[in-house]
Amino acid sequence: MNTASQQPILKTTDLCKRFGGVFATDNVNLDVLDGEVHALIGPNGAGKTTLISQLSGLLKPDSGRIEFKTRNMTGKPAHKFARAGLARSFQITSLFADMTLLQNVALAVQAHAGHSFNFWRNATLDKKLLDPALSYLETTGLANSAGKQVSEVSHGERRQLEVAMALATEPSLLLLDEPMAGMGSEESNLMINILQKLSGSKTILLIEHDMDAVFTLADRISVLVYGRIIATGKGDEIKANPDVRAAYLGEEANA
Amino acid sequence: MSDHTPATRSPAFWINAALLALLALVPPILFITGQPFWLDVFTRLVILAIAATALNLILGFGGLVSFGHAAYLGLGAYAVGIPTYHALYGGMDAIASFNGFLHLGLAIAISALFALLTGAISLRTRGVNFIMITMAFGQMVFYAIVALENYGGDDGLTIDVRSEFPLISLDNPLTLYAVGYLSLLLVLFIVYKITRSRFGLTLQGARSNEERMRSLGVDCYRYQLVAFVISGALCGYAGFLLGNFTTFISPEMMDWTRSGELMFMVILGGAAFLLGPVIGAAAFILLEQLLREVTIHWHLPFGILLILSVLFFKGGLAGIVDRQRLKGNRQ
Ligand SMILES: Nc1ncnc2c1ncn2[C@@H]1O[C@H](COP(=O)(O)OP(=O)(O)OP(=O)(O)O)[C@@H](O)[C@H]1O
Ligand SMILES: [Mg+2]
Repeated sequence: MNTASQQPILKTTDLCKRFGGVFATDNVNLDVLDGEVHALIGPNGAGKTTLISQLSGLLKPDSGRIEFKTRNMTGKPAHKFARAGLARSFQITSLFADMTLLQNVALAVQAHAGHSFNFWRNATLDKKLLDPALSYLETTGLANSAGKQVSEVSHGERRQLEVAMALATEPSLLLLDEPMAGMGSEESNLMINILQKLSGSKTILLIEHDMDAVFTLADRISVLVYGRIIATGKGDEIKANPDVRAAYLGEEANA
Repeated sequence: MSDHTPATRSPAFWINAALLALLALVPPILFITGQPFWLDVFTRLVILAIAATALNLILGFGGLVSFGHAAYLGLGAYAVGIPTYHALYGGMDAIASFNGFLHLGLAIAISALFALLTGAISLRTRGVNFIMITMAFGQMVFYAIVALENYGGDDGLTIDVRSEFPLISLDNPLTLYAVGYLSLLLVLFIVYKITRSRFGLTLQGARSNEERMRSLGVDCYRYQLVAFVISGALCGYAGFLLGNFTTFISPEMMDWTRSGELMFMVILGGAAFLLGPVIGAAAFILLEQLLREVTIHWHLPFGILLILSVLFFKGGLAGIVDRQRLKGNRQ
């Protein structure tokens, strides 16, 4: 695929997070290289979402360090992560349910444009917001539904909107938490296409259960089991790794 | 947040326009035809409608249930009463004056400052905690005024002279009504402009999904605090008018039950609809008047009606019209 420039854009060092007795993040050291699509796989409850939430500032790690573009981000609030260029999508769709798709993305464009302390000009007709918003809807295959309320569109379209909103903040690293969750095969293929197009220009950390999608899209793969990264490598290396086969792919094969 | 070009004005638009036209015409006509009592009722109505519209900015559009907004009515009213008191009886030379601009400036500045200080703390919390802490700050003002024996304590204070302005006299009931009505139009226009601005959209985004707003890079707290200050300042303005209307002020007007009434007006009329609070204030005051004529025990049926309406008219009275509109659009 694309030639990664081998610079880590994101680096975690000994990251830990516990929930009571559950070690959801157990000394995670993860590097995401500039330009790559890095997949994060692992069984249900492995701690993938918990990790993404720490990488987007919504959860504070108990210990360890998060560096983004060599800046220390540990302990900063979520909005600072976003402004630094990290954008996430949510496994459980998290949108502005009372607005149209276009309004959802326009709000994301506005959030990226800087402060919103303008009290007077009508922003609902502002081309500087609506034009980019429309283009992100196009990129994610939603141009025809721009004017629909979130409640009127299908689950698959809402998942596409998740990605469109993350894109609209023009991130240097896109964190996608199971973008295909709950989708049928046709919808999944559409999403894989969308992500494939993005992979040329974006650095992506992708959580996904669908192994075909992972092996198609990812340059490198990390495997998370019980909060620990047990292997990182290219697709073939991961497939051949005995620990991974025992802990994870084996399970899949039996299922 | 739909846009109305002249060709596609919605029924809601015409109902709103009709309501504002009625408010412009009916009270003066009633007054001229010899029913001054009703002019008083309508004057109180437009003043409370201003306060409810101010509250709606934070409650309806911000999704933050402030239970202490009567405090701003009180602060605004005492900003008229206290300077007037000193102008008559001496002391506090810096503020002793009948000057309306001074009263108005004080009402807005003190309300904004109080909103800034209490909002900065309250907005660290959400949900029930936010309701309780805003209520506690409201009660704090209540007890502070009770403790001020100079200004009558809990017996209240009579405003012997209304705020003085060049050219107009607020002693004329028709003038006072006109000032109240035009102020309502102004405040509605301000809130209308704000809700469609980048600031207003950010506020509504935070109401809809605060976590998503934060992960888009928005520090919601700053926007909510500024909205809280604007809301408090506008409500203080309503208090300034209320002081000039009642000419008697007491801590009772900023009791938590009064804050509850303002909340009811917003919810009854329809939170997050521009004219919802006006409809709510109108329904509230007319109901109160009618029930008061039927029975001296009007508080009970009144309370029951309020609770039922909040439970069963989702989106309030304005919401009923709006749902019709949505249905119409889909057909
Ligand atoms: N807020 C929380 N409070 C307590 N426990 C939590 C919380 N969030 C996650 N957990 C626990 O932490 C572990 C990791 O959860 P997480 O959601 O990160 O897994 P995941 O890998 O994303 O799983 P899935 O594939 O099902 O999405 C689970 O055991 C979960 O029950
Ligand atoms: Mg998950």
